[in-house]
Amino acid sequence: MIRDSLLKADRVEKKIDELRKNGLTENDKELQRLYMEKAHALRPCVNLTAEDKVFLARKIERPHIDDFIKALFTDFFEQKGDHLYDDDPAVYGGIARFHGIPVSVVGHRKGHSAEENVAYNFGMAKPEGYRKALRIMDQAEKFKRPIITFIDTPGAYPGIDAEEHGQGEAIARNMAKMSGYHVPVISVVTGEGNSGGALAIGVCNRLLMLEYAVYSVLSPEGFASILWKDSARHGEACDIMKLTADDIRKAGVADEVIAEPLGGGQENPKRLYGSMDMAIEKALSELMSMTPEELLRDRRRKFRQMG
Amino acid sequence: MPREERSIKDFFRTVAKKVGPDYVTCKACDRRAERKVWDENLNICPFCGKYQAMTADARLELLFDPGSRRDFNEELSARDPLNFPGYADKVKRLEKKTGLKESAVTAYGRINGIRVVTVVLDTRFFMGSMSSIVGEKVTRAVEEALREKLPLIIFSASGGARMQEGIHSLMQMAKTSSAIQEFSDKGGLFISYLTHPTTGGVTASFASLGDITLAEPGALIGFAGPRVIEQTIGVKLPKGFQRAEYLHKHGFVDRIVRRQEMKDVIYDILKLHLDSVNYMDEEPVSYERSGAEL
Repeated sequence: MIRDSLLKADRVEKKIDELRKNGLTENDKELQRLYMEKAHALRPCVNLTAEDKVFLARKIERPHIDDFIKALFTDFFEQKGDHLYDDDPAVYGGIARFHGIPVSVVGHRKGHSAEENVAYNFGMAKPEGYRKALRIMDQAEKFKRPIITFIDTPGAYPGIDAEEHGQGEAIARNMAKMSGYHVPVISVVTGEGNSGGALAIGVCNRLLMLEYAVYSVLSPEGFASILWKDSARHGEACDIMKLTADDIRKAGVADEVIAEPLGGGQENPKRLYGSMDMAIEKALSELMSMTPEELLRDRRRKFRQMG
Repeated sequence: MPREERSIKDFFRTVAKKVGPDYVTCKACDRRAERKVWDENLNICPFCGKYQAMTADARLELLFDPGSRRDFNEELSARDPLNFPGYADKVKRLEKKTGLKESAVTAYGRINGIRVVTVVLDTRFFMGSMSSIVGEKVTRAVEEALREKLPLIIFSASGGARMQEGIHSLMQMAKTSSAIQEFSDKGGLFISYLTHPTTGGVTASFASLGDITLAEPGALIGFAGPRVIEQTIGVKLPKGFQRAEYLHKHGFVDRIVRRQEMKDVIYDILKLHLDSVNYMDEEPVSYERSGAEL
């Protein structure tokens, strides 16, 4: 199981940090030995099962939308709330520059600690969150800005208030409106993309997926509980759901898989950002050479061909 | 439930089984009546008034003028994109049992002379869940309505996404929503009619995108299932939660429509739209009599 390898690597990483704090330079023998040890610990991460990837996709240390915005964008201006009812902290976004070009960026928000995760509701958006995303994207259409979305959610929030405020309507409306935009839309599944809660910000021209991200109709636990009335069989579910980035690309849903550092993005975030930057830039420059009508038709055609 | 009461109910159930298929027992009040009585009452319990599921055929018979129904997409049957264990067999069993090839039935027909395109989801087939073929049929129906400049009526009843088709099922939400948006942009009228139960990926796609949203009394309508919500938040749900009347009160359903008045209500809505200037920017008058051919 990948968990043990990562724990071992973590222990070595801590030692490295300690030695660095004590003033050891990168050329030091002991440090170099530890680097080797870490690489060695991560070696079993080459052949990962679907369940391993689900584990990585959900890892709390995994970089999230805050990190991506800081690393890949400049001049970020956050937009708050749906301007109808409330602000949903499970969705984060606004206007920013990508390689100097003004874009709208929006995505699900997860935290790096338990407190943060509670504050962001674990990335489970309510209707207000989807309507906030819609507000951000509608403005992108108005001001002719490309849209970049980051998908990372266990699913839409199941709650009394969410139902009363029209969770279904909010998700449906987002997909419908996104399908009609005349600007480039790029979505990146960065962690777990589960159910309609993920797709509600994923009707795009180009779908990119990080190597260890997963995309599925429902969480493996929910899937096992619906089909076999036993959520404990989620490991089995991971295998037959075909939810890894490679599976999704083979199914014709994802356009490109972005390679991650060994052991997952959290092991070497800078390298991950570099790969993401290149992939998004490539997709964006392709799309920006298309006319507004072509962009609309391209997106409609992409989803018309599904299934 | 006290023990004696349960045994009495069980007794009636066994009796109902013994007297054979000519009798139907109400799932809500456990009383039984002849099938004929149920049929005459549009599958609403003659004792307690509880709505039971209607088959797609019965629904279209109630809705359309006699002899006006023309099915299309009949050649499409369920696929198995993930090679899911046991799925193909179950599809075959259900095909045999129900005579349906998928949970969606698509048809043209006339409502008091007005031509429409309809989709009906039938819960006997995988709980009306959305497979890639259901998504395809809905999308083709929307495209037909757009091409022929006809109003579209969809009767939803669905447990949500078809788990056995994984991501392919999920993508149908985007596909159908995209088609409806294009139809809507071009001025098409879409009446979404929600019946018991409309949940999950169907609620979160085409079923929620109607210009007019109608619902049957007592229908369960929601995104997340009640059990999932209860487990997640650990709170008892309010009475009547996610029922048609509840959604009506919270502003997501325009009107609760009884089966007996279904055709009249839909006809009135169609008339209001066809008599107004838009209808898809064609001459509005000809709809009642246009073309002898369907």
